[in-house]
Amino acid sequence: MTRSLIKYGFMFVALVLLQVLIFNQFQFNGYVNPYLYVLFILLLPLSTPRYMLLFLGFFLGLAVDIFSDSLGIHAAATVFIAYIRPAVIRTISIREEDRSDFPGLKQNKFSWFLSYTAILVFIHHFILLYLEYFTFTHFFSTLLRVFLSAIFSIFVIVLSQFIIFRQ
Amino acid sequence: MRSLFRYLIRNHAFVLFVLLEAFSLVLVFNYNSFQKASYLNSASRLTGNVYNMYHSITRYFNLTRVNQELAEENARLRSVMQEPLNNPITAYSVADSQQVGQSYRFIPAEVLNNSVNRLFNYITLNKGRKHGVKPDQGIMSVNGIVGVVAQVSESYSMGLSVLNQRWSVSAKLKKNGYYGSLAWQGENYRFARLYEIPLHADIERGDTVITSGYSSIFPGGILIGTIHDFSQPEGENYYSVTVQLSVDFKTLSYVEIVENQEKDEIEQLEESVRDDKK
Repeated sequence: MTRSLIKYGFMFVALVLLQVLIFNQFQFNGYVNPYLYVLFILLLPLSTPRYMLLFLGFFLGLAVDIFSDSLGIHAAATVFIAYIRPAVIRTISIREEDRSDFPGLKQNKFSWFLSYTAILVFIHHFILLYLEYFTFTHFFSTLLRVFLSAIFSIFVIVLSQFIIFRQ
Repeated sequence: MRSLFRYLIRNHAFVLFVLLEAFSLVLVFNYNSFQKASYLNSASRLTGNVYNMYHSITRYFNLTRVNQELAEENARLRSVMQEPLNNPITAYSVADSQQVGQSYRFIPAEVLNNSVNRLFNYITLNKGRKHGVKPDQGIMSVNGIVGVVAQVSESYSMGLSVLNQRWSVSAKLKKNGYYGSLAWQGENYRFARLYEIPLHADIERGDTVITSGYSSIFPGGILIGTIHDFSQPEGENYYSVTVQLSVDFKTLSYVEIVENQEKDEIEQLEESVRDDKK
């Protein structure tokens, strides 16, 4: 219990700092900005109580918001994916014995992890960027931003699984 | 009542989701709450310290460029200084400059955090209340105007940059003095739009755009940029002018905060006239 508390606490702080200090500075043409910090929500154990998942999502988003002066938009997007995560897992897992308690790449098949990441990251980016732009007048240019940023985020998240979390 | 509780407990995840989501959306759409909640932005002590620590490492990467900028600024100031030295100061010129010149004070600051790729871009600086920074002071760099201070904590401050759609600045053409307001459109971080330049004004590509000095935030005559392109939209009385900003916000590292020491007096004066009109 204490060990996992320390582990996930460390992951929370590390991901928020990585996001605001490194990944927020990635600004290719103003179109692509990867949001790696959702990895925290992705990697929480399946047995995490739902209220816990929602609160963690909210505080994770709020932390990133405070650092990037965008109050509320990251929190809203992250709470949403924290809420739909169980449903997404239920949908993409075919057999009961597929599921281990940890949704990381190490414990699951590559294709399962990729579709799990892709669905949640895409929904998160969609909500985030449309909330930021607020109007639908820039509908297609925002959609392009959603796609490019999501592809980049998914790439970085999968890569991070190979590099760091695979022991 | 009991069944209501039972329902809430059974669906606690959904109820909690709605509550948290609603709270986040209130924060998003109520921009004023952001102004009030001064601890929820990048100028607060915790976030400011994190950015400051990180910046103390990364600042070394820009040293070459910063040195070059400083050398250029030195050379420019020296050439400006030369003129009064050549012309002996007379009683007349001293009195003249005292009458005309508003007293501005400049506070040097370092940029801790800055973005260019969002719709509302903010800038975090390493000077705060204890250095004399207050909200609504202007921020400028060697190359031109940068933004305006919005939030101040004890030792950090946070401002809106020109690249923020919630802010516009009063600008004029250096050549003939026609003035309008300059605002960012949210696409390319190098360009902004200048509004309200009448069609009879004589403008060309490459014309210099400077601050008008009509607002008490900036002194007049500070560089904003040059005209990149312009057109005459049909059925309108004004040009549509694209201005290339002189400040490259991606490479911003040192800025100055402008304090207008007569600002209160000017605002009081304007306030009294406004009351008369009613």
